[in-house]
Amino acid sequence: MANSSGKKKKGAVLVVGAGVAGMQASLDLASSGYLVHLVDKSPTIGGIMSQLDKTFPTNDCAMCIISPKLVEVGRHLNINILPNTEVEGLEGEAGNFQVALKSHPRYIDLKACTACGQCRQVCPVTAVNEFNQALDLREATYMRYPQAIPRGFTIDRNVCIGCGLCEKVCLAEAVHYDDTAKEFSLDVGAVILAPGNEIFDPSKFDTYNYLNLPNVVTSLEFERILSASGPYRGHLMRPYDREEPAKIAWLQCVGSRNINACDNSYCSAVCCMYAIKEAVIAKEHAHGNLDTAIFYMDMRTYGKEFEQYYNRAKEHGVRFIRSRIHSIEPEGECDLRLTYADEQGQQKSEVFDMVVLSVGFEVGKETVELGKRLNIDLNRHKFAVTDGFKPVETSRPGVYVCGTLQGPKDIPQSVMEASGAAAGTSALLSESRWTETRSLQLPPQRDVSKEPPRIGVFVCNCGINIGGIVDVPAVREYARTLPYVVHVEDNLFTCSQDTQVRMGQVIKEKGINRMVVAACTPLTHEPLFRETLLDIGLNKYLFEMANIRNQDSWVHMKDRQKATDKAKDLVRMSVARAALLQQLEEQKIQIQQSGLVIGGGIAGMNAALNLAQQGFSAILVEKGTELGGLARCVTHTIDGMEVQPYVDSLIAEVKAHPGIKVLTESEVTSFKGYKGNFTTKVRVGSSLEEETFEHGVVIVATGAKEYRPKEFLYGEHDGVMTQMDLDEVLRQRGAGNGNDPAKWNRAIMIQCVGSRNEENPNCSRICCQSAVKHALELKKLNPAMDIVILYRDMRMYGLLEDYYTEARRQGIIFSRFDLDDLPKVESNGAGLKVTFHDHVLQRHIQMPADAVVLSAATLAANTDQLATQLKVPRNAYGFFIEAHAKLRPVDFSSEGIYLCGTAHSPKLISESITQSLAAASRAGSFLAGKTLSVGGAVAHVDKSHCAACLVCVMSCPYGVPKINDENVSEINPALCQGCGVCVSECPAKAIQLSHFEDDQITVEVHALLEGAV
Amino acid sequence: MRLSYPTNVKIVKLPCSGRVDVVHLLKAFEDGADGVYVAGCLEGDCHYQVGNLRAKKRVAYVKDILDKIGIGGERVAMYNLSAGQGPRFAEIAREMSEKIKQLGPTPLRKSGGSAKGVKLTPGTTKEEAA
Repeated sequence: MANSSGKKKKGAVLVVGAGVAGMQASLDLASSGYLVHLVDKSPTIGGIMSQLDKTFPTNDCAMCIISPKLVEVGRHLNINILPNTEVEGLEGEAGNFQVALKSHPRYIDLKACTACGQCRQVCPVTAVNEFNQALDLREATYMRYPQAIPRGFTIDRNVCIGCGLCEKVCLAEAVHYDDTAKEFSLDVGAVILAPGNEIFDPSKFDTYNYLNLPNVVTSLEFERILSASGPYRGHLMRPYDREEPAKIAWLQCVGSRNINACDNSYCSAVCCMYAIKEAVIAKEHAHGNLDTAIFYMDMRTYGKEFEQYYNRAKEHGVRFIRSRIHSIEPEGECDLRLTYADEQGQQKSEVFDMVVLSVGFEVGKETVELGKRLNIDLNRHKFAVTDGFKPVETSRPGVYVCGTLQGPKDIPQSVMEASGAAAGTSALLSESRWTETRSLQLPPQRDVSKEPPRIGVFVCNCGINIGGIVDVPAVREYARTLPYVVHVEDNLFTCSQDTQVRMGQVIKEKGINRMVVAACTPLTHEPLFRETLLDIGLNKYLFEMANIRNQDSWVHMKDRQKATDKAKDLVRMSVARAALLQQLEEQKIQIQQSGLVIGGGIAGMNAALNLAQQGFSAILVEKGTELGGLARCVTHTIDGMEVQPYVDSLIAEVKAHPGIKVLTESEVTSFKGYKGNFTTKVRVGSSLEEETFEHGVVIVATGAKEYRPKEFLYGEHDGVMTQMDLDEVLRQRGAGNGNDPAKWNRAIMIQCVGSRNEENPNCSRICCQSAVKHALELKKLNPAMDIVILYRDMRMYGLLEDYYTEARRQGIIFSRFDLDDLPKVESNGAGLKVTFHDHVLQRHIQMPADAVVLSAATLAANTDQLATQLKVPRNAYGFFIEAHAKLRPVDFSSEGIYLCGTAHSPKLISESITQSLAAASRAGSFLAGKTLSVGGAVAHVDKSHCAACLVCVMSCPYGVPKINDENVSEINPALCQGCGVCVSECPAKAIQLSHFEDDQITVEVHALLEGAV
Repeated sequence: MRLSYPTNVKIVKLPCSGRVDVVHLLKAFEDGADGVYVAGCLEGDCHYQVGNLRAKKRVAYVKDILDKIGIGGERVAMYNLSAGQGPRFAEIAREMSEKIKQLGPTPLRKSGGSAKGVKLTPGTTKEEAA
């Protein structure tokens, strides 16, 4: 399908912003068959996430989980990273855009730079280190952080004095002071905007005294303070005197939920959780008993398993003080006195050693300018305008948005949106998939299995990083004496492009069949050297690396002799291992080009539709008689979007699409196979007939249900109803039926019914906005109606806060209650009366009401059978568990199976749509590969030794080994993750892990300890 | 972070500490190692879910054997740390070397010679962080 101008759509995509959202969108699209140009105005990718210490709610180290993504983006053949680059303009239309770009000079040539760091070591200039939030200094020649991608330095010419030292010491000749800006243009089919947000600058407030008091820091500064790679190396210290604080306060909503000082009225959606996390982690870092207190208005822990995290923090002794802050004043030399009004309105004060301002998000000025240049609409808060049913599309067709430009949000939500935006793009451009991508053309591999080992050893000087400490010529000559070594040489930079070419020639000339490189770390360089082997027709597993830099010259600088001796030891170990390395085959298996989607609600339908639009076929299995799911019980969204017409048109579109097969009244009866090749039997309709489907992926979208309350006279009194019941009552009123809410004098709503209690500790996320939505609607019907919402915390996160503000403006009364003093609902003739404790008056109040509306919990659907069939995990409350709460929010840990909608956790319709698109994107990028490489470094069973004892079956964390028809264990190479747990558990030693076989491991130790005994 | 630690620590890379086999540890002692330690991910953070817990059990088992055969269980250890804990990595290397130095050479070794340490670690970024 060509667009209006008749031109074929471009198979390339521009992604603007390389934070976690931009990276995810790029990875999905590049794997789906599109060429991605990833631009970022900074010299490196990674965004704000790279600056975080830990991440909630798993307390994973942020850098540990993001750095594999950085490396993946950096290496992907179809991601063209354009650092220091900005978008100047966008012409054209969806499918055929022309983008004008400008790259700012970096002064260091990335092609030549090996990131050895000599330039930084000699740089005499000190500048503020913005990565560490100005808490320490860096040089003018710098890398933003050690794991940065692209791996290369940059010169900050704003502070550089042009002394020329770095140019002199750079043996790779990468420094170019005369580098200039470059303007260029690209043709792309679509654009994804992921430029992120800035953090709010608190210096404009007098209240917080941020500029004058050094021990008042922002939350991002505190992240750097906690970080092991931060300015204080992870030691908990306060800036003024570098003393460990004994008392720290967090102040919530700084720059959010407030409009007094031209700040932002919305909620920034992440600060409650990060403050709790920072308090918990700070306690772990502290040597003494650190006192932590969080001063807040509402604790908004609304995400999946966030409430439990909050509860655990309370158990850890983090204090939570509901209050409004009046001021921070200096106390003594550098302590801080907080004055605040508590919930009863009483003024109190307390002294702390350090105060952390939980600053919110805002769209930066440069991003607003970008939005104008790209001609997309921004809302009054400067976030990109999107339609609730098209949550990743901007006002300009073909331009998608994800991450915090779409609205304030946390990492998993950003990652989902990124994949969602990729799904939209992939559906738009599917006709041009694989048209602009690059692929490696490799020569056939030479079989070396019958040859004796002929080892080539390449010792790297790494400029002077290694050569300056280790006696490289001595190591080189030593290597010559080792068994099977037929060639040795040393290089200034073994990783440079010209060295790769020369190494290839030498390997061919000398018939080398094992390569050892003694240099830096395999983490960053193994793929490069393996590629060199592949380029000349050798198997990539015939390579071994000795890390004589990170594990030697860098850490033993003070003793050159010992460092040289150790380098020889490491080379001897690697050569010994290399001699035993074997070439490993990876087989290609076909991937079935279709997906099975389970659940026909909004999420399942969107996932199936997107898969079909991407060009794959989809089978949509729905248990009920009709498609539509829980959305059938919602009339409109809080922003006024009519849900039923949307569901009707979605159903029509799904049914009409030739790529989708819809099966209603259907259930999965059996499921087998593995990623790429599943076989599922489905019982269709009432006929009890089974149909069998072969498919490559599965998307689980089984939805959720509303809790039927046992409390508050529900089911006993007609005036007591749930929010969903009220929706029905309002709809019936429109049809002229039943109980007319317009005649009610007073309606009282009770929040958290069946949520946040002992039985179900989860927050159901959506009920606060349901209550506010319905309260505003009732007010519209009858402005004289009294509406009281009894709540525990109003969790109107993100831009929903505006509706909360509006509700209060309209006189809707919000009164807070505690779990240990629940409201009481009694029958009062035809009406009801409700007794509750008012926290301001400090007494119980009784009110008559015509209706009591219960905001009932959202509970997981019953999926016992399905979870067992698919072998996918669920949490204690029946919601499915994703592979990683932060970075893999729609993947299951079993590959080829994905998750979306309320089956994951309660969420809004727009959020479900985003997640369903994300699942379709992940599924599509897997299917698009068409074939799958399996094998390599995986476990294999020696049948003759296997006693079928089941130890492997029980020890495998992924449930891969199976006892087959021959009554021996069989490990499917497509499923094995290569951890080796079964290998080391197998009592008969019948299993080996290729590339890490027992002899390949022990020979290294043996070589190291040669002659010791 | 280029944090200094003793040169007698040498690293053997494995995909996961779950691949560490009792045999690997015992063979290292047979070959004359004075001490061996396994560096795995933090408990609960194993990339392969439970590999480090398996390794912990195996290390405990080897400790028991070393005690029984007179080499001494204190010569083997299990440490857990994340890839973000460079300083901890260097600290462990120093701690373990110091301990082994105090214990002296393994009874299996002929005589003299410098302390030999081996460390088995999953192929993550821990050693890079140091």
